[in-house]
Amino acid sequence: MSLVKRLETFDRRWIFLTVGLLVLLPLIWPVPLPITVGPRAQKFYDAIEALPEGSTVLLACDYDPGAKPELVPMTRSVLRHLFARHCKAIITCLWNGGPGLVDQTVREVGREQGKVYGVDYVDLGYKAGYEAVMVLMGQSIPNTFPTDQSGGVTTSYPIMQGIRNYSSFPILISISAGYPGTKEYVQQVEGRFHIKIIAGVTAVSAPEFYAYLQSGQLQGLLGGMAGAAEYEKLRGESGAATRGMVPQSFAHVFIAFCILAGNAVQWLKRREKSA
Amino acid sequence: MKREIPLMATAVIGIFMILSFFVPHQLVSVPADFLQTSAVIVVAFGYVLGGANALRINFDAIYKRREGWPYKIVLVAGLLTMVTVGAIEGRGFQGEHTRFTWIYNSVYSPMQSTMFALLAFYIASAAFRAFRIRTLEAALLAVAALIVMIGRVPIGDWLTHALPAPYRLSALQEWIMDNPQNSAKRAILIGAALGVMATGLRVILGLERSYLSGED
Repeated sequence: MSLVKRLETFDRRWIFLTVGLLVLLPLIWPVPLPITVGPRAQKFYDAIEALPEGSTVLLACDYDPGAKPELVPMTRSVLRHLFARHCKAIITCLWNGGPGLVDQTVREVGREQGKVYGVDYVDLGYKAGYEAVMVLMGQSIPNTFPTDQSGGVTTSYPIMQGIRNYSSFPILISISAGYPGTKEYVQQVEGRFHIKIIAGVTAVSAPEFYAYLQSGQLQGLLGGMAGAAEYEKLRGESGAATRGMVPQSFAHVFIAFCILAGNAVQWLKRREKSA
Repeated sequence: MKREIPLMATAVIGIFMILSFFVPHQLVSVPADFLQTSAVIVVAFGYVLGGANALRINFDAIYKRREGWPYKIVLVAGLLTMVTVGAIEGRGFQGEHTRFTWIYNSVYSPMQSTMFALLAFYIASAAFRAFRIRTLEAALLAVAALIVMIGRVPIGDWLTHALPAPYRLSALQEWIMDNPQNSAKRAILIGAALGVMATGLRVILGLERSYLSGED
């Protein structure tokens, strides 16, 4: 069998094995790689830094476990940043598969930072209704979420005292993996209720938001795990996103190599045929 | 009348909701809020209907031993288990230490993460087998993809650290994302927005009726 034929019928399990090793080995033996902070992550960081100390912020976590490696590190860093500035966080989720993961993440960070549930943060949980819920929150947040994730009465928490609608917040932080998420908040909420929005999104959906960032409808953007790593660098943290950048770097290089190798094989095949 | 009344209701409510965006007066905002609340309730009922429908279709497939019926047993068992556990737990079923949350954290969350993690393996395999550069456009796409893919991660800067900052892969990918990518994306967004507005108007004016019964 010729080399070209052998490469063409190459068992793809070797590719799977290589990807597995490229992801696994750097997690076991980390390799330091420089992380450059981009302008979008810097804007995101600056927007939180510009908040008055002690503000109450709306944090919309619209994702499920599929986006965990990208968006959970962002959520953690954002909460740590907010708590470090003595800000309070009201968390919502419009994805039916996400509230458990969001609640777990929020409570972990809350405990780690010594914050009290219901006083410094509250998780209002999930509400069905997509964009309709976003618009309803513009009328009344306690009416839209009468109970929190654990079934407690929302208005009984000290953090909810004085919270009416979007006008109660200086900023909305949207961490989202798709629909409904950042795009819908920009379309339904930003223009109508005049609230500043910053967003953290998955890498695959990030390009969609560059236009909103340039138009000023978004004030900052974290794109994927790379964005989360940049934010961690700005915060002086070395979290899951920073650790994940090395495996992701190696995997990207390998995928680039696969594209080039696959085309080289095809080119050799064509040359062999024409000869 | 079976068609005229829903068409009329759609037109009136559609125009009213557009109006509510521009008129903040109570006469408009209060009924608009009521309609928004109703929409949320209808969506909630949709879940109940969806669950019942999933059960009906899958029970039928299991009974008739259709292809893949053992998987449908898993689906039905999963659905019934979660509903039952949630119902037993009561109002606070999503609390931190409930059985419902335990199942979510131990089964649903790892399984969904696994499904997405598998993509990394298949993307690499597809890159080797399917990404063929046969035309100039495909070559341009491939070059842009390679620059963005490597430039987005720290190894891009590490590989090109000897070059002046504007020529490093991270700077090149920023330029690609901010200029050609963003221009194309914006054009698509504007086109899609115009399409949505046109479709909305067609629905309000009763020209688009496919939502009524599948007819044009």
